[in-house]
Amino acid sequence: MKNKIFSSFDEAVADIFDGAIIAFSTFGTASQAINLWEALYNKDVKDLTIMGNMVMPIRAEGPIPIYGPSHCVLQPGKVKKVITGFTSMVYTSRGEANTDEFSVAIQDIEVVPTTFGNICTKLEAAASGYGGILTPVGIGTFLEEQNEKFVVNGKEYLLEKPVVPDFGFVKAWKADRLGNLIYRRGQRLHNPLVARASKVTIAEVLEIVEPGEIDPDHVHTPHLYVDRIVKIPKGGKGSAEWDEVMKVQSFGPGGSRRRMMEAMSGRGS
Amino acid sequence: MDEREKLVKRYNESKLDMDTIAMRVAKEFKDGDIVNLGRGIPGLVGNYVPQGVDIHWHGENGILGYGTAYTLDEWEEMDMCVHNSSIQQVRELPGMAMFDFGEAFGMLRGGHIDAGVLGGFQVSEKGDFANWAFEYPVPNWGIGIGGAFELTIGPKRCIVAITHLDKYGNSKIVKELTMPLTGAPQQVDLIVTDLAVIEVKGEKGKKEGLVLRETAPGWTADEVKLLTGVAMETAADFKEYQL
Repeated sequence: MKNKIFSSFDEAVADIFDGAIIAFSTFGTASQAINLWEALYNKDVKDLTIMGNMVMPIRAEGPIPIYGPSHCVLQPGKVKKVITGFTSMVYTSRGEANTDEFSVAIQDIEVVPTTFGNICTKLEAAASGYGGILTPVGIGTFLEEQNEKFVVNGKEYLLEKPVVPDFGFVKAWKADRLGNLIYRRGQRLHNPLVARASKVTIAEVLEIVEPGEIDPDHVHTPHLYVDRIVKIPKGGKGSAEWDEVMKVQSFGPGGSRRRMMEAMSGRGS
Repeated sequence: MDEREKLVKRYNESKLDMDTIAMRVAKEFKDGDIVNLGRGIPGLVGNYVPQGVDIHWHGENGILGYGTAYTLDEWEEMDMCVHNSSIQQVRELPGMAMFDFGEAFGMLRGGHIDAGVLGGFQVSEKGDFANWAFEYPVPNWGIGIGGAFELTIGPKRCIVAITHLDKYGNSKIVKELTMPLTGAPQQVDLIVTDLAVIEVKGEKGKKEGLVLRETAPGWTADEVKLLTGVAMETAADFKEYQL
């Protein structure tokens, strides 16, 4: 059996080259391969194109810093282009637009505003070998300027072209040694599409089992899409135990999201 | 202080809260409806299913049929992997389904969703809607286009849930948008605010003209019209905000 299991996150991202295109999943952190992002954060590489839902420049802070695309864009020269649907949270923790610190870091990065649905479309086209997909999204808006228009059966569509990622960062719950993947709840998100579309798919997983232990009917991502697997250590970032720690830090007494929710509902803290 | 300024002052002192807007939106649905809830006020709608009906909330993050959000007092029961599209941790209901993001958007674009509820900045009298462009000094770094385009054009019915006035006292319901359009022209069917329920007349893509259906307790149709500043007819069955 071909060995797809890598012993470290650093090793799994070692061959990411200057100018590579990286696809990822994020919507909160449940689906985000935060360990692979940390390895990328620590790697010396430049001019990357990154594609995914949200890239919201922020400094890694707190007792257990979490890394992601939002942190890598603040590293000088690391990212050249972002294809994303959401950049607007360029705010300080006090809710003011942060114009001084971040604007210098990000001013040379090209942004391609892309709806969440169209990011999926680009990945779907790449995954299935389509030259593009006609979508009804963006007719009558600024998106007409960046995409070609077609009329089919009297209805207007815009052509969304594929973007083939060189590397895809995936998070999953369980993998077998062949690379079959299962996601748990909100871990799924973009991950199946990222796995299908990317030339090299790297998956960080909570658990690795033997082939046969995952029921064939329950496989979400068949193994042929998965090239590398790294196991998240017990208690490590992104593990089930870590989720519980994060829960306390976010929602427990004095937690960050608790304070935010209290402020929003006027309960004060 | 002119008449409108007095009304703005009264609005700021006595407007309904966001949960009440959410509760009013929830009254729009019927048994079996599949309803997508966006970020902001719409995220609260899922907490107010009217009694005796079964409504299946759809989140663009790949979830169908979730329950109410956990309150802060219940935080220990939360599952960090189960949230709605506002990233609020929610309860699992029997029959809940999870799927990937691409499929969630296929459900929207393919017309499988009965209604969508969005928050936003402006709605015009033609049902044009703006909710994604933020002011930011670095070009293109002030976007929040997100899934709003698909959420606006996909579902059979588009409901916008917003506060009636912005923090400067300007009406969010306008004659013409001054901010970039979301989704496609003339898509909004209903506007629910903390002052009123307003219908946008006509078919999707050909929307034109507003009808004032309800106003919040203590507000007359004329007062709401003066605050809004956009021509509006009053519905034949005009009534007080129904909860």
